Amino acid sequence: MRDVAVVGFAQRQMREFDGSPNCIELLVPILQELWEQTGWTKEDIGFWCSGSSDYLAGRSFSFVTAIDALGAVPPISESHVEMDGAWALYEAWLKIQTGEADTALVYGFGKSSASTLRRTLALQLDPYTLTPLWPDTVSIAGLQARLGLEQGAWDEKAMAEVAARSRSNATSNEYAVRKGETSIDDVLAQDVIADPLRRWDCAPITDGAAAVVIAAADRLPNERKRAAVISGIAHSVDSPSLGLRDLLRSPSAAAATQAAGGSDGVQLAELHAPFSHQELILRNELGLTDDVVINPSGGALAANPMFSAGLIRIGEAARRIWSGEADKTLAHATSGAALQQNLVCVMEAQA
Amino acid sequence: MSRTPAAVIGVGQTHYRAKREDVSMPGLLREAIDRALADAELTFADIDAVVVGKAPDLFEGVMMPELFLADAIGATGKPMIRVHTAGSVGGSTAIVAASLVQSGVHQRVLTVAFEKQSESNAMWALSIPVPFTMPVHAGAGGFFAPHVRSYIRRSGAPTEVGAMVAAKDRHNALKNPYAHLRNPDTTVESVLASQVLWDPVRYDETCPSSDGACAMVIASESAVKASGIANPAWIHGQVMRSEPLAYAERDQANPWAGRDAAAHLWKSIGISDPRTEIDCAEVYVPFSWFEPMWMENLGFAGEGEGWKMTESGATALDGELPVNMSGGVLSSNPIGASGMIRFAEAALQVMGEAGEHQVDGATRALGHAYGGGSQFFAMWVVGSEPL
Repeated sequence: MRDVAVVGFAQRQMREFDGSPNCIELLVPILQELWEQTGWTKEDIGFWCSGSSDYLAGRSFSFVTAIDALGAVPPISESHVEMDGAWALYEAWLKIQTGEADTALVYGFGKSSASTLRRTLALQLDPYTLTPLWPDTVSIAGLQARLGLEQGAWDEKAMAEVAARSRSNATSNEYAVRKGETSIDDVLAQDVIADPLRRWDCAPITDGAAAVVIAAADRLPNERKRAAVISGIAHSVDSPSLGLRDLLRSPSAAAATQAAGGSDGVQLAELHAPFSHQELILRNELGLTDDVVINPSGGALAANPMFSAGLIRIGEAARRIWSGEADKTLAHATSGAALQQNLVCVMEAQA
Repeated sequence: MSRTPAAVIGVGQTHYRAKREDVSMPGLLREAIDRALADAELTFADIDAVVVGKAPDLFEGVMMPELFLADAIGATGKPMIRVHTAGSVGGSTAIVAASLVQSGVHQRVLTVAFEKQSESNAMWALSIPVPFTMPVHAGAGGFFAPHVRSYIRRSGAPTEVGAMVAAKDRHNALKNPYAHLRNPDTTVESVLASQVLWDPVRYDETCPSSDGACAMVIASESAVKASGIANPAWIHGQVMRSEPLAYAERDQANPWAGRDAAAHLWKSIGISDPRTEIDCAEVYVPFSWFEPMWMENLGFAGEGEGWKMTESGATALDGELPVNMSGGVLSSNPIGASGMIRFAEAALQVMGEAGEHQVDGATRALGHAYGGGSQFFAMWVVGSEPL
């Protein structure tokens, strides 16, 4: 495999974006930041790939206008996944592996506030047997959390600890929409909104966009002194059938970790867990030991812009390598109901 | 960097119909997938990853349907990617699947593209007004008709060229057992007599709205050797190019992104004269006039000369450069699959498995797809021998 590094990252996350239904205006300042970080221009990018959803935007081909933000001409080598931008990064990584490109810019965007997100996401379920019942995302996560409580996999205090740490960590994240020094008791004092989930156990509705620049190790920008080299990136999907899956497990998260080379030596992990108990499942499946720093950004419980939140995890984990805070980090992205589909990206400081 | 050579070793298609009410979405995909796996002499157990493509989710009313389809398409426990690049998606999906093999990550990848348009109404799913964006009036035909008028004015093409394309493709479709439209009585005169829908595009010059799926198995060089497949379609080269919907100097009838993509593709695989070096082509022609337009955009004909290829019969099944031997998008159009069908039909030609619409001795074929407002292009060239 060819060594590929994460060399640029910019983001915008907010409670409600006052603009178009797909947040593509946010890409303009984001790209500007990336040119400043890398010293590059549009012409230095060999491949472009994005992740977004038509259903979130409420219209067909919602990603088409996103390329307006990239500049008119010349035409670009470009692709799009109807997935979180983390999977767009995977496609771009492949493109660099084939040698067809040396550099890539990957972005994700979405306006979760434009609809009732928990109901919109119910449209991801089996349209013949499940969607007609409209089991929404939060309710499904509530059933999953309840199962864990009843089977002794976790308790409410463990869930509250995740929520409290996420909010506390997020105080230093200028883009977090839910933050503040928070204790376990503060979390437990909140009302239950989908038994046993309290509001702070659930990711906030978030609008936003993010972009990441990756480059082959022999084509790094001069401005990036300490690149985050991807030592492994992989993903997998589980059965959609909630009744057939063990909801306390996420085999696809474990498989992705293994295929990405495992989590040994990882010092810091950014996990895309939209519900507090899902972080507990992921830490177990990813084999993260207690000394691993989890979600210093605050994670998805602090801000969860659909279709860029996974990509943001990669950017946040890479950033900690650039700064020298860590030598080896892990980023995770999820999609689908109850952690159905998972991606793991392990990064190491350039030797 | 050296790419791992990759080849198509299995192709499967559904029968294309206006409404496939006999199957669910999983059933429709399995029809194509089961045929592709059987053609490749493989089972799900041999597949490393699955790449799914389809056009807008509003066409079926399911958000990211690959998630609920994961079990049915054999993706559970494996990597699964969902591509969506507008009408070019079937082609882009095949290219992403190929890159999974060419990168050296996987040995055997299953790719499938589909649309079950009868679940909703595609024309109106495309016609949601968007602030500050030129509306797509009543479907794609209303959007593309002005491009066709521009082409006719600039090239001076005779009025009947579009009808000649339609008559040719509808007759080719009679030789394709999977084709949706089967109208043996279609003639140039009958096309010209059909109703104008969007001036100058007539009813018979328009693609149908179809349900259908197409699947392929793509394998690495070593996996090809280990297989029982003696006639794989080697992927010689592929390309994707995109440009914005609107900018001041944009040429909508002969888009820069398409010209750029074709030029890059020919150059990357050492083709200097595509007209003679390509034996046949499956080109995305949803409205008849796009055949001469794309002949020019692809570099098969000079500017303003594309219509002469149609008029002279060069693009006929027995012509110098047969185009849309399968009947093309004009005869079957499950939108999300249409691009992959072009790529797969190109593969079938060089595998020698195109049946009644086989071009004798085809060794190199082009598969082409486009999408959005003629903005997104995906193409590949496949050959009977490795490059």
